Amino acid sequence: MLLTNFLMLSSILFCIGVYGVLARRNAVMVLMSIELILNAVNINLVAFGTIHGSISGHVFALFIIAVAAAEVGVGLAMVLLIYRNRSSIDLDDVDLLKG
Amino acid sequence: MDTVWGDNVAQNIAFYLIAAIMVGAAIKVVTSKNVVHAALYLVAVLIGMAGQFILLGAEFIAATQLLVYVGAIVVLFLFGIMLTRAQVGSDPDVDTTAAQRTTGGFVAFILLVVMGYAIYGTEGLSETKLPEERVQTIAEVSDSIFSTYLVPFEAISVLLLAALIGAIVLARRD
Amino acid sequence: MFFLENAWIIPAIPAASFLLILFFGKRMPRKGSEIGIAAVGLAFAFSVLAGVAWIDRVENPPPAAHDTEQVDEHVDEDHAEETEHAAADVVQVAASEEGGEGHHAVEPVTNSWTWWQSGGTEFQVGTFVDGLSVMMLFVVGLISLLVHVYSTDYVRDDPRYTHFFAFLSLFTASMMTLVISENTFQIITAWEMVGVCSWVLIGHWWEEKPNADAALKAFLTNRVGDVGLVIGMIILFFAAGSFNVVEINTLASEGALSHTALLAASLCLMAAVMSKSGQFFLHTWLPDAMAGPTPVSALLHSATMVVAGIFMVARMYGVFWEGLSIGTSSINALALIGGVTTLVGASLAFVQRDIKKVLAYSTISQLGYMVMALGVGAWTAALFHLFTHAFFKACLFLGAGSVSHACHHSFDMVADMGGLRKYMPHTFKTFMIASVALAGIPPLAGFWSKDEVLAGAQQLGDGGYPLMFVMGLLTAGLTGAYVTRMVYLTFFGEHRGHGTPHESPKTITTPLWILAGFAAVAGLFNLPDAIVPDGIAYRFEHFVEPTAAYFPSISHPSFSWGLAIVSTLIAVGGVAVSYGYWFQGRWHGITERNGVARAGYRLLENKYYLDTLYETVIVGAIKGPIARASYWANQNLFDRVVDGVGNGTVDGGRRVHKYFDRAVIDGVINMSGRSAEGAGAALRLIQNGRIRQYASLMFGGAAILAGVLIVIV
Repeated sequence: MLLTNFLMLSSILFCIGVYGVLARRNAVMVLMSIELILNAVNINLVAFGTIHGSISGHVFALFIIAVAAAEVGVGLAMVLLIYRNRSSIDLDDVDLLKG
Repeated sequence: MDTVWGDNVAQNIAFYLIAAIMVGAAIKVVTSKNVVHAALYLVAVLIGMAGQFILLGAEFIAATQLLVYVGAIVVLFLFGIMLTRAQVGSDPDVDTTAAQRTTGGFVAFILLVVMGYAIYGTEGLSETKLPEERVQTIAEVSDSIFSTYLVPFEAISVLLLAALIGAIVLARRD
Repeated sequence: MFFLENAWIIPAIPAASFLLILFFGKRMPRKGSEIGIAAVGLAFAFSVLAGVAWIDRVENPPPAAHDTEQVDEHVDEDHAEETEHAAADVVQVAASEEGGEGHHAVEPVTNSWTWWQSGGTEFQVGTFVDGLSVMMLFVVGLISLLVHVYSTDYVRDDPRYTHFFAFLSLFTASMMTLVISENTFQIITAWEMVGVCSWVLIGHWWEEKPNADAALKAFLTNRVGDVGLVIGMIILFFAAGSFNVVEINTLASEGALSHTALLAASLCLMAAVMSKSGQFFLHTWLPDAMAGPTPVSALLHSATMVVAGIFMVARMYGVFWEGLSIGTSSINALALIGGVTTLVGASLAFVQRDIKKVLAYSTISQLGYMVMALGVGAWTAALFHLFTHAFFKACLFLGAGSVSHACHHSFDMVADMGGLRKYMPHTFKTFMIASVALAGIPPLAGFWSKDEVLAGAQQLGDGGYPLMFVMGLLTAGLTGAYVTRMVYLTFFGEHRGHGTPHESPKTITTPLWILAGFAAVAGLFNLPDAIVPDGIAYRFEHFVEPTAAYFPSISHPSFSWGLAIVSTLIAVGGVAVSYGYWFQGRWHGITERNGVARAGYRLLENKYYLDTLYETVIVGAIKGPIARASYWANQNLFDRVVDGVGNGTVDGGRRVHKYFDRAVIDGVINMSGRSAEGAGAALRLIQNGRIRQYASLMFGGAAILAGVLIVIV
């Protein structure tokens, strides 16, 4: 198996994730797209770690899984809060940052 | 069976099969109009990812992937969907306007081109084959975590604690 | 020696007190304040003992061989040799430079343990005690103790009384950790800790929105500088290969580090000084921080926390000395920032109605003096001014608190005060002593330290720092004037508030008298040798200024009668003009009659329009013209092009086959229309607050950047 196979798979998933972040209006779906991006990064780390015979790639993949879990937890709590305040999780409604 | 992994037909077939499923499911994740369906397609992608990890010899990560992602995160998503009372069934409002989707697709495409160019343009990378011996033991991983990466590990545990408290504080009704 | 070697005990006591108060404070008979006072009292006693031990060490320096024993046992062999080597070198250098004056290096007492290690780099935690640390420990301990005592009455019946004392303890512990930090990593940690305490204590009464806002403003402004601190320390780590303060400074002083790295590091660290020590133009948080309780303002925002920046520069002086070429220039960034700050702060103090804001701007101005002194190379003068300033400014703040206690918790001098000298004799007397010390009238403390700063600006560097010298002299006059105004509005004239004010109880007046006593005599610690015999002249310099290798060989300004008389005359002149205006009622209405005076007054009243600059101009410039330009481009260029292309093509397309038309042309037109609209929207909507637009821009930018990098590299 070629390394580039895994790298290309990772790139494709990453780009699909980016598209999802940009094209989705529903906050939960944006979070799902972010999960795709994080997974794409993971496969890259593990593939390179395997190539170089180093365990570091694997360890960092584990760290990313942990960080992703934290991110989803807090992210969904925020979505819930937004929903409670505005009865909507449409990200286009959340524009208080507007200058 | 040849010693070179690149000629291992079964594994190549497995890779392409899983990869095709993953890409297809991923596309459904970002295009499906039904939130629950999208979450289930995400499960497919994540399971496929675990399969790829096994192909790469990272069994422990594959197991963690299944436990944490498929077991916990997806359930969390489903809870999030329920609690925010998303419309069950197809919901036309989950996507942005066509113009923004075009922009998004354009940006994603540019990224893909750049990354593809980087992958195939780097000398030697496209001939690199995965080594034969690549089964990673849990012992190796734990040795590394508890020696070299002890401090990041502790930092991660604090981060998880902070996320736990943060999520409670945010989501609690008071 | 015990207290120097085990200096970690000193911050550990208030740290333990923090936990004790937090867990058991509410159940104590006096709600935890007794734990705080006992702990800080003990820490202060230990600081004094450490000071005594240090004085003994300076007077009877241990022989050089003994010195290396003090250097931590955990440090590996060749490091110890290196230190010994360096120490020996310095003894020679010092001996040759001082011409055999008998001055020789007194090594600091250090101790360190491995905190944690990551990727082969060990992070140490430890203590580093020299004259500077001991002096700071003394100041922090004393003022913290007095503030604790004062607070028992000042925040009595506060719903978060226990919490207040807990955080005072935590602050004391953090500040004491900062001043005995052994490495830059520890400095950053303690620095952030005092920042957090400041945030908590400013927002003590967070139920009122302005207080919570002020706390946030202080915290966020400080974050700006903290980025500089972290970057600066990282640069130093990569330049010197160590976090150790002694090592970095020794290498810098020996000229072993590249000048560029030191310059970059000292400029980054200066950002931290500017935010933490309220230097122009990051000073705007400090007046707002007066929203906190007055004891907090006295402890944190005048005497100790805000001088953390000064302390850090003094601690890393080798870096600044080499990086900014302090010894050989006639202007540098540090001196310039300090000079501008001192002038700006003093002039802004004129137009405040709130007594605490006058004091806040005065603090900014005096901090400017210290930074300026460090910038011109007058290290001792800066630290001596820090020392005296801590006493008289803390006394002024606590006095202001006492006054407001009597005036129904108002700080408005114009509306609620006046004529208080009759009602509050103790507060009045102590306030007067501290005011005269602040104004720099001899023989009180402020005069001696200010005079040294001015002498430094006049004499040091490459032919003096003339610009800073003039700024310092001007400020001396302004200081006298605003102090007079403040004293007049508070204590003289008729009482303008309602009710009869009353003197504060003993728990408030005792700390005031102690601080006033120090404000009166602190100047005697560093009398110039032109006035007193050698044995008692320049004691402060003798004990506080390091002589070891980690400190650059600086020169000292000499006392000049002419300068002393001129600066006193200027200060007295400032007082006299102000006296004439306020007490005698001369030149009243000058702002109504004279256009220049009115414009000046308005400029000051609006704080040089700095807040306006931040809030309106900078934010406005981004969201105003740029957004408008994008909108215009969208309306006039994109829309017209799209309309033109669209219309033209649609006209032509009508004649083509229906399916072809529908399937291709329309698609293309819509696509081009939409993508143009998308591009236009992306431009116009940069400021629309929608997260996804920001995300598109970010990803798009990243993609383009990555592409550029890949193609080029």
